[in-house]
This record gives sequence, C-alpha cells and structure tokens, in this order.
Amino acid sequence: MGNLIEVRNLQTQFFTQDGIVHAVNGINYDVAEGETVAIVGESGSGKSVGVMSLIRLIPEPPGKIVNGEVNFDGQDLLQLNEEELRQIRGNRIAMIFQDPMTSLNPVLTIGRQITEALELHLNMNREESRARAIELLELVGIPDAGARLDDYPHQFSGGMRQRVMIAMGLSCNPQLLIADEPTTALDVTIQAQIVDLVTRLQSELGMAIIWITHDLGVVAGLADRVLVMYAGFIVEEGPVDVIYGQPRHPYTLGLLRSIPRLDLGRQKRLIPIEGLPPDLLDPPQSCPFAPRCPFVIDKCLEENPPLMSIDAVRKSACWVDLSDVEIYDTSADEQVEAVA
Amino acid sequence: MTTQNTESAGVSTAQDSNQSDVLLNVQNLKMHFPITRGIILQRQVGSIKAVDGITFELMRGETLGLVGESGCGKSTTGRAILQLYEPTAGEVIFEGQDLTEINSGELRRMRRRMQMIFQDPYASLNPRMTVGSIVGEPLEVHKIGGSRREQQQRVQELLEIVGLNPYFINRYPHEFSGGQRQRIGVARALAVNPSFIVCDEPISALDVSIQAQVINLLEDLQSEMGLTYLFIAHDLSVVRHISDRIAVMYLGKIVELADREELYENPLHPYTQALLSAVPIPDPEIEKKRQRIILEGDVPSPAEPPTGCNFNTRCPQVMEICHQYEPSFADVGDGHRVACFLYDEVESLDESGQPVSHTA
Ligand SMILES: Nc1ncnc2c1ncn2[C@@H]1O[C@H](COP(=O)(O)OP(=O)(O)OP(=O)(O)O)[C@@H](O)[C@H]1O
Ligand SMILES: Nc1ncnc2c1ncn2[C@@H]1O[C@H](COP(=O)(O)OP(=O)(O)O)[C@@H](O)[C@H]1O
Ligand code: SF4
Ligand code: SF4
Ligand SMILES: [Mg+2]
Ligand SMILES: [Mg+2]
Repeated sequence: MGNLIEVRNLQTQFFTQDGIVHAVNGINYDVAEGETVAIVGESGSGKSVGVMSLIRLIPEPPGKIVNGEVNFDGQDLLQLNEEELRQIRGNRIAMIFQDPMTSLNPVLTIGRQITEALELHLNMNREESRARAIELLELVGIPDAGARLDDYPHQFSGGMRQRVMIAMGLSCNPQLLIADEPTTALDVTIQAQIVDLVTRLQSELGMAIIWITHDLGVVAGLADRVLVMYAGFIVEEGPVDVIYGQPRHPYTLGLLRSIPRLDLGRQKRLIPIEGLPPDLLDPPQSCPFAPRCPFVIDKCLEENPPLMSIDAVRKSACWVDLSDVEIYDTSADEQVEAVA
Repeated sequence: MTTQNTESAGVSTAQDSNQSDVLLNVQNLKMHFPITRGIILQRQVGSIKAVDGITFELMRGETLGLVGESGCGKSTTGRAILQLYEPTAGEVIFEGQDLTEINSGELRRMRRRMQMIFQDPYASLNPRMTVGSIVGEPLEVHKIGGSRREQQQRVQELLEIVGLNPYFINRYPHEFSGGQRQRIGVARALAVNPSFIVCDEPISALDVSIQAQVINLLEDLQSEMGLTYLFIAHDLSVVRHISDRIAVMYLGKIVELADREELYENPLHPYTQALLSAVPIPDPEIEKKRQRIILEGDVPSPAEPPTGCNFNTRCPQVMEICHQYEPSFADVGDGHRVACFLYDEVESLDESGQPVSHTA
C-alpha cells in the first residue's frame, strides 16, 4: 500500500515571553493508506502540536512551523494557501479532539453541526444532509437518531458527544482521521465502546488513522504501528507487537515497566521512571532522556542520538543496544498465590 | 495488606499486633443531594442519589480499593465518610465512634485521625500559600505543631518523608510538577499523624511515568506508619496493584466486594465482568484475542435510577426479576459479596411475578 502522508523534518516552535518552546524537533514518519498509527508519549511531549502542524492548526503567533514538509497525496500541505487547506481539513483529513464539549458548539443543535459540514464540503441540500446526518448518528450507535438530531450538546453524555464528534469526523469520508486522545476523558466501558466503534468503522470505510494517546493499553489493541514521542522527538518507531515485545528505547521500556498490568502476577513494586521530562524552553544538547535513563553512557551526554533504523521495520533513537533486556523482571515479582 | 508491608519494610508497627481490628465500619450510608427549582422560593423537586445505601468494613492497616465509573459516587462516599458532607442516612463508625452522631468538638478531634488526598494536585493546593504553610496548616488548625520552630522542623521532616527537598519550604505550588504537587498533598495529609487516609484518585492527573513514583510512595508510607487507605480510582490495574480488597460501585451502590485476586479471577457481577473486560492490556497479542463485553448505552442519571437492580438497563444478563426487585448485597463465601440475582437463590417467579423461593 502506498503512503498517504509523509512527514519530513517537521519542526514547530512557540515564541513566548519566556523564550522559544521547542515543541516538535524535526520528526519524520509515514502513514500508509488504511493504516492505524498510534502516537504515544506523556503530556507535553509534542504529540498534539505534531499532528496539528500537519493541517496547520497551530496558533500563529506564538506558534510557527519553522521547518518541514507534509506530503499528502502528492502535495505539500505546508505550502498550500488557506483556501486550499480548507478544502482538505474536515474533508479529506478529519480531526477529533480530546474534549468533545469544547469542540462542539453549545448553541447549535447536534444535527445542525453535522449538516453544516455536509453542506459545505459535499454540496448537499438541507434534506440530503439531514438524511445523511441521521445515517451517521445511527452508524456511531446513537439510539433514536432522528429525534436526537434536534438536541443540544449538553443533552448528550460524554460518550455520546464523543460519538457525535466521530460521526462529524467521518461525515465526508476522510482518507485520514486524526484522533487526539479521543477517549482520555471517558470511562473504560465507554472507551471500549468508542475503540470498538472506530475499529469497526475503519474496516468498513478504510480510512487511515493517527491515534494519539498516553495509554499504552489502548494502543495495543488498536494500532498497526507505534511512534513513541519524548521531548519533541520520536524516540522509537515500529510495529505494535514488536515494540511491546522488545522495546529498544529506554523510555519505552520505562513506560511499559511503570504501569501495573491486569493480566500479570502482581508486581511487588512498580519501577517508576525517576525524575521529570526536560524543559522544552531550554532543551539539552544531550540525549533528552539522559537525566532519567538507567542505561546512560558518556556518549549520550555528548550527542543526541538520531532516530536510527535497527532493522527493516523499526527505529530507535538510542546509543545503547537493549536487545537483551527483559521488560518484566519476573524474579522481583511477587507471585499471586503468595498473597493468600 | 500486611504480609507485604512487614516483609518489604521489615518494620514492626504498633498496628501489627491488632491488624484484624475493624478501623472503619460503614453501614447503609446514603448521601442524597436535593434538586431544587425556583429562584426565591426554592422547593425540592427531587434528589440525586449519589450514594445510596452502602455497607463495608475497613480493617486497620488495610487498603480497600473503590472503583467505578465517573459519577458513580466514589468521591461522595469518601467525603461522606469524613463528614465533609452530612450523610443523609447511615452510620460511619470510626475507631468505635459513630461520626454521624458525635458533636462538632469531638468530630474535630477525630478529624486528625482521618485525612484526604485529592484527585487534582493542581486545584487542591492554594496557589498563594508557600509549601511550608500548606503542609503546616493542619498543625496550626489542630494546634499540635508546638512553637514556630518546631512546626517548621516538622514540615521539613514531612517534605523529606514524601521525597521532596526540605529546602523547598518557601516555594509556591506553581513551581512544582504534578507529581511533586501530589507529594505536597500527601505531606499535608500526613502532618497530623492520621491513621486513615482517603486517597481520591491520587494519580489520575499524573503522567504515566510519574504515577508509579506516587504509588510507591503511598505503599512505603503505609508500611512505615501502618496507615489504612480507602483508595478511590477508576483505573482497575492500579487498584489491583495497591489494594487488599476491592469494592466495585455502580450508580451509588456497591455491587461487588472481594479480596483483590478473588475479584479479578472470579468476578461475579455482570458489571464487574464488563469493567474488567474493558480494561486495555498493554500487550498486542492478548488484545487481538480478547473478547470484550461491550456495554450498551450510558449510566442512568442518579436522580432517576432504574427500579429493581439499578444495572438492569445495561446488563447483558438481565432477567425479569431484575426489574421488580432489588438484589441484596449477599456474601457468597469467604467475604466475597455481590448484589445480583444470578447468585441469589431465586428459582422462578410465580404468575403474579413474586419470587418463589427467595432467601431474603
Ligand atoms: N455537591 C453536590 N451537589 C449535587 N450533586 C452532586 C454533588 N456532588 C456530587 N454530586 C453528584 O453525585 C454523583 C456522584 O458524584 P461523585 O463526585 O461522588 O462521583 P465519582 O464517582 O467520584 O466520579 P469521578 O470518577 O468523576 O470523580 C454525580 O452524579 C454528581 O454529579
Ligand atoms: N500555544 C502555545 N504556546 C506556547 N507553548 C505551547 C503552546 N501549545 C503547546 N505548547 C507547548 O508545546 C509543547 C508540546 O505540547 P503538546 O503537543 O500539546 O503536548 P502533548 O504531547 O501533551 O499533546 C509543550 O511544552 C507545550 O507547553
Ligand atoms: S541515548 Fe543514552 S541516555 Fe539516551 S536513551 Fe539511549 S542510553 Fe539512555
Ligand atoms: S440483578 Fe439482574 S440486572 Fe442486576 S446485575 Fe444481576 S442479572 Fe443483571
Ligand atoms: Mg495533547
Ligand atoms: Mg471523584
């Protein structure tokens, strides 16, 4: 399958009173048609700024995309004018945000918010767009969709609002759906509904998805490929099963180790990642993970490792070879039966 | 959990000898909030049944996990136990005294023994107070800090206990990260030497890489000081890690309560089963094979809970009786309690819809 989108050397900064925030520091990746790519990393690591830059939703000023190319279906999105971009946004590339309450307009009915996009992008008339809106709400599992069309967002629960956002995102049959932590504000049972819904819709409609999250568990069931971000860099990239089976960056390893797992014997003690992420106002020249890294060597302090290929499918930005490190040190685990 | 505490820390606390003591006994606790209409003449038109009759015990030195979805009444339970709300009904017997009965002076004295750590480390600390005065405030309130010097010393000691530099005493909350702020909240809770702490989602607002730091801290403090925790969370993996026993809440009620491993290995209530199946596991192999129980619809409003079993609008195994009667919260063996007719000895209903052999 061909690449739908190719991101090259993307670099975005914010010029603030306190100085330059180095939010995204030259990242490279591709997303193939129909593929699901997850971007994981902790808050502030540049996940949102990274994807908002793709469709130029960065507030300018203070933000600025200072470098890079975003090739989408043969054109560089960063070179398009506002009008050309509008044709792509919400149409061929759709976006769903974390908090559906702030991204839905509180004074417009649910129905109106969906039909508006349809009328704008697909030139539908009132009746057509209304019929299609009902279809879309039914598709995302809103019961009694015809009647709920005239409700306002506050009359819907959090999970229903997120489903409306997905319906809106899908309304124009996008080729790429960007979902920025769409389930973070939701409960696990509702999250399971949404993940189930999106994977089902994807197999029916065939769009590619970029799914941003900080939850490694959600990624495992959803993504084909994973990008791990830290301090504005992609530090590891690869197919989901390979990354989870044998992480090759100490940060990925640290994340997997620090979360308790429901399916494993109870770990006696969690292994946290000590310390804090670096200040992006004053990023170090060294490897950004060095102050927290248990594997650090001298070279790490001298030179920030680029994202390097390890094999045909995966990349890691680290000077040290982790291929022999076990994720879960089972000897330290207290076995479940010992607790009785 | 005591085996772990004593063996990992090797310290023996006063609590070790009477660990099977009941520290807290909550009986049929209800917390209803009135819904009012009208601006000048407020009349009550209904009530939100945030907590609607829950019963459990907490042993000294134990951690009881309380899980459930947003709005099911977890925080309200914690607050009603600490008498931050005046409960609508029920008993809260703490160290032998019913907190709902005692006078305000006695309550104030008891408050020292019970503290709370809050969900949001950003909102729960006063931005205009220094770390020193935030942590020292409870000492002042309860007049137990001694002289200014002694108080300052105690605050520095507390900061050290929670892994913060005592030198930070004059800094303000905004100068700290989320994880550090949560540590400040913990230091403040510890200031008055409590025996019981309600931890209300103490790590939910923190980044994954920081969460484990705070969990480890809470575990260490428990083993060193013999603390008892009510640990509120919606993350079942974390709750399993930290708790001895776990209570599952749905719409204001506890639907199941069991020992940690028993609950995960043998969940009985259909809601617990769905909740467990919804938790994502960070392993693609497992995730691909997993069969999820996807619940239909949303949680009903606590102002108008369904009659009968309150899970009957979403339950995949709902039966006729579930619409008519409310299941009792019954022990099915070894302290595993569940409120569901699947485990009640109801054989069938007669023509009038009455259960034939109901063991009430
Ligand atoms: N002071 C109040 N007045 C009226 N209703 C309230 C009040 N406090 C809580 N509620 C309602 O009571 C119910 C339970 O709320 P509670 O805060 O205990 O939920 P929770 O389980 O802690 O949820 P979360 O996981 O979102 O923190 C909710 O419906 C809530 O809206
Ligand atoms: N409007 C803005 N002004 C200044 N800095 C910003 C702005 N938006 C984002 N940033 C900074 O950019 C960095 C990356 O942010 P973001 O992409 O939102 O992180 P996340 O990975 O949590 O999505 C952070 O340091 C953030 O504070
Ligand atoms: S380059 Fe060095 S400091 Fe950076 S992650 Fe690898 S081992 Fe750690
Ligand atoms: S009592 Fe009935 S509705 Fe309630 S959980 Fe059990 S089977 Fe489901
Ligand atoms: Mg973000
Ligand atoms: Mg709460």
